[in-house]
Amino acid sequence: MSTALLRTIQPNHFTLLGTALLRRTSRSNISVRCSGSQATTTTTHEAKQPSQSRVAPKNHGSNKLDEILRDYEAVIGIETHVQLSTFTKAFCSCPNNYGSEPNTSICPVCMGLPGALPVLNSKVVEFGVRLGLALNCGLSLSSKFDRKQYFYPDLPKGYQISQFDIPIASGGYVDVDIPLEFGGGHKRFGVTRVHMEEDAGKLLHSDTGDYSQVDLNRAGVPLLEIVSEPDMRSGIEAAEYAAEMQRIVRYLGVSNGNMQEGSLRCDVNVSIRPIGQAEFGTKVEIKNLNAFSAMSRAIDFEIKRQALLYNQGQEDQIVTETRLWEEGAQKSVSMRKKEGLADYRYFPEPDLPEVILTQDYVDSIRATLPELPEAKRRRYEAMGLGMQDVLFLANEASVADYFDAVIGEGAEVKLAANWLMSDIAAYLKNEELSINDVKLTPKELAALIAAIKDGTISGKIGKQILFELLAKGGTVQGMIKAKNLVQITDPAEIEKMVLKVIAENPKQLEQYRNGKTKLQGYFAGEVMKMSKGKANPPLLNKILVEKLNAKD
Amino acid sequence: MLSTLQPPRSLSLLPLRRFHCSKTIVSAASSSPATTSDAASVSPPQSQILTTRRSLLSGETTASEIAKSYLSRIRLTEPQLKCFLHVSENALKDAEEIDQRIARGEELGPLAGVIIGVKDNICTEGMPSTAASRILEHYRPPFDATAVKKIKELGGIVVGKTNMDEFGMGSTTEASAFQVTANPWDLTRVPGGSSGGSAAAVAARQCMVSLGSDTGGSVRQPASFCGVVGLKPTYGRVSRFGLMAYASSLDVIGCFGSTVADAGMLLHAISGYDRFDSTSSKQDVPEFESQFLSVDRFESKPLKGVKVGVIRETLEEGVDSGVRSATQEAASHLEALGCVLTEVSLPSFSLGLPAYYVIASSESSSNLSRYDGVRYGNQVMADELNKLYECSRGEGFGGEVKMRILMGTYALSAGYYDAYYKRAQQVRTLIRKDFKAALEQNDILISPAAPSAAYKIGEKKNDPLAMYAGDIMTVNVNLAGLPAIVLPCGLVEGGPSGLPVGLQMIGAVFDEEKLLKVGHIFEQTLKGSSFLPPLLPNVA
Ligand SMILES: [Zn+2]
Repeated sequence: MSTALLRTIQPNHFTLLGTALLRRTSRSNISVRCSGSQATTTTTHEAKQPSQSRVAPKNHGSNKLDEILRDYEAVIGIETHVQLSTFTKAFCSCPNNYGSEPNTSICPVCMGLPGALPVLNSKVVEFGVRLGLALNCGLSLSSKFDRKQYFYPDLPKGYQISQFDIPIASGGYVDVDIPLEFGGGHKRFGVTRVHMEEDAGKLLHSDTGDYSQVDLNRAGVPLLEIVSEPDMRSGIEAAEYAAEMQRIVRYLGVSNGNMQEGSLRCDVNVSIRPIGQAEFGTKVEIKNLNAFSAMSRAIDFEIKRQALLYNQGQEDQIVTETRLWEEGAQKSVSMRKKEGLADYRYFPEPDLPEVILTQDYVDSIRATLPELPEAKRRRYEAMGLGMQDVLFLANEASVADYFDAVIGEGAEVKLAANWLMSDIAAYLKNEELSINDVKLTPKELAALIAAIKDGTISGKIGKQILFELLAKGGTVQGMIKAKNLVQITDPAEIEKMVLKVIAENPKQLEQYRNGKTKLQGYFAGEVMKMSKGKANPPLLNKILVEKLNAKD
Repeated sequence: MLSTLQPPRSLSLLPLRRFHCSKTIVSAASSSPATTSDAASVSPPQSQILTTRRSLLSGETTASEIAKSYLSRIRLTEPQLKCFLHVSENALKDAEEIDQRIARGEELGPLAGVIIGVKDNICTEGMPSTAASRILEHYRPPFDATAVKKIKELGGIVVGKTNMDEFGMGSTTEASAFQVTANPWDLTRVPGGSSGGSAAAVAARQCMVSLGSDTGGSVRQPASFCGVVGLKPTYGRVSRFGLMAYASSLDVIGCFGSTVADAGMLLHAISGYDRFDSTSSKQDVPEFESQFLSVDRFESKPLKGVKVGVIRETLEEGVDSGVRSATQEAASHLEALGCVLTEVSLPSFSLGLPAYYVIASSESSSNLSRYDGVRYGNQVMADELNKLYECSRGEGFGGEVKMRILMGTYALSAGYYDAYYKRAQQVRTLIRKDFKAALEQNDILISPAAPSAAYKIGEKKNDPLAMYAGDIMTVNVNLAGLPAIVLPCGLVEGGPSGLPVGLQMIGAVFDEEKLLKVGHIFEQTLKGSSFLPPLLPNVA
């Protein structure tokens, strides 16, 4: 429980402002003199019988710890909040833009002024349906909103509009491929439900800790909350589940899925139990997970912590609590103990009508769903690509689309994958660009691959012009012509250069002929240099060996 | 026989006579059909909206003159009545603007120059809007409620904000944090509530019409207590945007007038779908005005064949005998006008009151959470967050509000939800079904508007259950979402010159038109029907 107390007060500026419309552009600070711990906003749900998948949690601790861990099974469930990338907020027409000046994107509705009423943004429903379908859920053709009630300064109405007993989607699953370095394998994790709700504002604390201010730009921003079944068994599985959620929301275009900005937030529940025990252990919630790797480490830390307590006969010290992950220290600390369940006094939101979906509407949205990551992975796998390639290519929709376009132009699958995974990926990383930013079209990448394959240019030349094509665009053929890059495949021409190099290096020749045959590489390099990299390498080597070994 | 009916009093001292007494189009005696009363006849009440329109268009008077006369009347009568929490500084300026438009020959809105009071829980841009609560003291909203916006667009002049029970919670207007409003018929009595200020202001002719809000009878019961017309529209007919929520699933903005026509025309002005309120209806709003024929155009049995159901449960014990007989007289009057009367029973009737208090309290406990002292309104200095909430709300809310928040919080708590809130919703479904069945057999249903006439100030203050029981006639209508109108039908003994009693007519969903038609004919043919309160002592 935070004990920072706020003593200074700023006047309320809101009542001095003009009209509702002016509010969107006017800036004001909302102040509150107190801070405290944030009321918990998680939804509890009944844990189901766990699935049979058993993956021993990986850890790099001592053998002793490994032994202890072998006796326990971790049970992990995740609540994911996804901020939707709608143009406007969920229940008012304020722009939904991250990073604006505090309190510049607010209106009477999202400020909770007296008399203001929510009006549902239909995009939120559309996105909810899209995500529900993508997660293989059943949809509620008739759902409703409820009020979840608690007091906190970032919650202007004193309640959050959410969905309680009838979520828009439920009973789905998500498929993931565990990377090889973590043991590999295909896993399916259950999705309990997806529901629509609104985000709260943000508290900004003063440097001195004397007061806090409320920024309501985020208040009323639409969220989808995805609750998983308690199906994960290790930090890696949980991180892969979350990463797949990110992929899916990005593929669907419903969210930017950015964890740093808080567009994708995961709260994790971890419990362990001795292997063979049916009942669940006490559930501990971990928050403040800003990256998948942090999530994985935080969970493994928690599993170890609980296993050690169990092992020392201190399982009673595993209590229902919320722990905060501290990335710097690589450990979690207790934030607050939960004493009994919070009572949110849910009841149906009387200001909003039921959300009725027609089958036609659902079908029309289903028809616009893109190929999802799992389908892409299976397709790439069927093309004969290795799992590492598959996971890389399907990770981002834009990369996958690019890859599909390149092979659509007739490029060989494995070669296209190699180019994307090595040189192009490195270039994008260095330049901090996305695949959509490069000037090289999929068609020209296919042309480049073809030109190397048919021997028009060497692989080395290919790499050289790749970077120019990426940065400036143009065609492969045009560049080959303009720079006269066509590979030299005329044996007579290559022979001339070989002889010239041998003649210019009598000392090396003598050494070679005295048995230092490693010098063949030196000669080959000199010939290649002379040809400006255009000599066909197999031909060059063949002629070179011939001439070096010739008895004259 | 309306034996208790008193001869009407005119407010002769004030310069307002022309709005209710002058220019009688037709003598009621000569053309109205036979009724049950042969008391000394007076001319039927005239629509103040239509009278204003006529006199502005004919140039007989100006909007400024009208506004000045009302403002001076407010000045004269407010010290006794205390109907207003705030009187607009701009009313005269607004009126002058209308006069300029007339001078320029511009078209006038149907409410041009109409002097309108607005209940204080309805937002008016830049004008204090406090819901009579300390927690919103000095709060000025940055926007107009949709109903207010429409009124202004049609030329209506908002003259001020009327007193009420804090956040609409009460039936006497004594629960206002700021003042107690007196009933113009008897200054020692309450005007009813929660829209007591709006009702009393119309009764005292401090404004021509006014807006109220009705969650469980808050328009209809004060209309009955003050002898004016109170119209509660169908839920969804009028946008709630800008109405400070008490119980969102029950709240409606309603209209007060001294005639059915005025209430109806005001309703027409504020009705219709509003994209800022998703519970507002897209149902067409009919042109009510054609219903308001003058008496000389009535047929001999103008309500011939209209089926009227008298709700049996509303005339059983617990209802004052004077109220009961006034209701029976009213029924006879309707019969004389051609209506076919039958008695109907609503078996779920008595379940409504507890269900209403559970639902209304539950929703209010949630709706009032936003008054936390953080962003606007009353904030009490504290050095810890929970203390800030505790003190701001503890000092900002009055006792009645706190009690209802506590009741509602309890009813929604885990473990109690099913027993209270859910059960109340089931009762609500039952009530809706019973009303629907009764309205399939009848065009309208009638009942008293309240079990008694106005209480003495302080009489029910320490007996909340007795006060809640007074809502028995009206809450069911809110639970069913139906339209209803209350109009004065007689006087009972009490006060210096009797106390008015209202008749409630309940219609089918979105059938305000029928209520207005029946109500108008009833009003125009009721003998001795000028329900004007006696002179206020200091004015006399
Ligand atoms: Zn907004």
